Amino acid sequence: MSLRNVGIVYKKELTEALRDRRTVISTILVPLLLFPVLSVGFGALAVTLVGKAKEEVPKVMLRGGEDSPAVVEGLEKLDKIEIVPETPDWKDQIINKEIRAAVEIPTGFQANVARQKSDTVKIFNYEGEMKSEFATDKIEKYMKEYRDRVVKDRLAAKNLPETVLNPFDVKRENVAPPEKVSGAAFGGIIGYMVILLCMTGAMYPAMDLTAGEKERGTMETILSSPISRMHLVLGKFFLVLTAALGTAALSVLSMGVSFSVLGHYTGQTAGGRAAASGLLLKLGPKTVISVFLMALPVAVLFSATLMTIALFAKTYKEAQSYLTPMTFVVIIPAIAAMLPGVELTPKLSLIPILNVSLLCKELVAGTYHWNFIAIIFISTCVYAAAALFLAIKMFQRESVLFRS
Amino acid sequence: MIEARGLSKRFQDKKRGEIRAVDNVSFTCQASKIYGLLGANGAGKTTTLRMLATILEPTDGTAIVCGYDVVEHPEKVRANVGFLSTATALYRRLTAQEFVEYFGRLNGLDEPTLKKRVDDIFNRLDMNEFRDRRCDKLSTGMMQKTSIARTLVHDPPVMIFDEPTNGLDIMTARTITAFIRECRDNGKTVIFSTHIMSEVEKLCDTIGIIQSGKLLVEGSLGQLRDKYAEHDLEEIFVKVVTPHYVAEASN
Repeated sequence: MSLRNVGIVYKKELTEALRDRRTVISTILVPLLLFPVLSVGFGALAVTLVGKAKEEVPKVMLRGGEDSPAVVEGLEKLDKIEIVPETPDWKDQIINKEIRAAVEIPTGFQANVARQKSDTVKIFNYEGEMKSEFATDKIEKYMKEYRDRVVKDRLAAKNLPETVLNPFDVKRENVAPPEKVSGAAFGGIIGYMVILLCMTGAMYPAMDLTAGEKERGTMETILSSPISRMHLVLGKFFLVLTAALGTAALSVLSMGVSFSVLGHYTGQTAGGRAAASGLLLKLGPKTVISVFLMALPVAVLFSATLMTIALFAKTYKEAQSYLTPMTFVVIIPAIAAMLPGVELTPKLSLIPILNVSLLCKELVAGTYHWNFIAIIFISTCVYAAAALFLAIKMFQRESVLFRS
Repeated sequence: MIEARGLSKRFQDKKRGEIRAVDNVSFTCQASKIYGLLGANGAGKTTTLRMLATILEPTDGTAIVCGYDVVEHPEKVRANVGFLSTATALYRRLTAQEFVEYFGRLNGLDEPTLKKRVDDIFNRLDMNEFRDRRCDKLSTGMMQKTSIARTLVHDPPVMIFDEPTNGLDIMTARTITAFIRECRDNGKTVIFSTHIMSEVEKLCDTIGIIQSGKLLVEGSLGQLRDKYAEHDLEEIFVKVVTPHYVAEASN
């Protein structure tokens, strides 16, 4: 096999690809910009919106409570809550977001508490609406503290210690190392993203180098040159593979940087810290290299398969209609790997895409099951080799190259 | 030299069944001569030439091009052939020079030879003005010159032209016909297909008339005129193919 010829084709395809706006956008710009925009942009937007919602002083309507002045006074003194007098249309006002919640103090509430008679304070809210939930939380917190004070006073009156009601504590403690915790949380996403991005990265060049070449009339030009069809398909294949891996690598890099920036700005929040530490700090070079080593045969599989399918098409548009459904074929097993409870088994380790997705989850968590790694790597290599062999065969079929 | 020996090509069509695009065609083209394959659209000209250029593989028969069998040594055949047709487009995102160099490299030229060859061709075809311009920015005439440069870069002894002037304006077409003549004068074996009678009359040393995949008759223009007692090539062509049309229609 002449590597020189494969190299000549690869170099020419790379030159053309870098001059093609669509390829540059889909392979370089989208992965580099998508994550900063999605994560930092939306993350920052979410943080701003939540902060704004928390800063707003919600209006809460008080229903009843005329005979419970201490409770009412406590509610009115609450920080960042505006207590408004009762009106008959209180329900509509909550629904229309004019007020955020309503609290109903039953008749004789304070007296009933003093007589140790059980009673119920009701809080009415707009479930799922963020600002209403904030207001409800504040009222609920106040009422629970009030209840705790009453309990404390009653125990004190009877000379009983607080441990009567709280004989022991239950506490959970994590023993898994932080990278395993973050791996369990983010490992599935990393595998899913690397696989999906390999696919999207390969898609455009796979179409451009096959159906696109037919459509532009250059297929006959290249076939009239002395290069063998195997060298030609390999040169093209390596370019598609470069695009697939390049897109995935740039995306992961961009994602890491984005989360680090997001983590920096939202360092005060637990979520921000978790995201930053989970995705950046805990992804050591060993994990990144392992994930990409496992992604390599998957990228080969995608590149060869997409090229083979796109070669059947006469035009770029036709190729698009063939390849778009392929995205679902890839997304479904990649998502299945993220489902809780789906873990590597010998059978699952033979299912393409799903196996690598599941393995990535383990790798990011720092677990290296060498037997599974071997099975998955070898089986994916076999699938990839079969796909590449098929692509070479298809390039030798006149009925495919000159389909009319 | 080109020697076609019983070349045949059959295709399977879902609606029409088996199609004999080329049926047992044999002919010989000598060096320093132009062989013209004359036929109507769909007569089998393109398929014949594609088989000679090893873009398609014959179903039966074979051809020897520069001593190499098209079935057994297709890559060696292509290394000795320059193939030009209106279907052989340019890579739009490469410059004219990059495009020609690409094909030079695929033909195995080393870098110093390639540079010298490209400089020679660009000077000869007066292409220096647009050598660094991308192919998608070239005029039709510039594109044709670039295509010619591509076929010449490895200095092949055999040139195959498939309807090279189809759809071109008269000035660009004249560039091509002048180039075909130049190839013959430089000792190359030239075969070209067309359905334009005037081109055949002006250029060809030998004419082969092809219809429904069969080579019906061949000879020099003088021989054909004598045989069919007609001076005008168009009349000769009609006389040759009409009985065949009638036979096909009755079948």
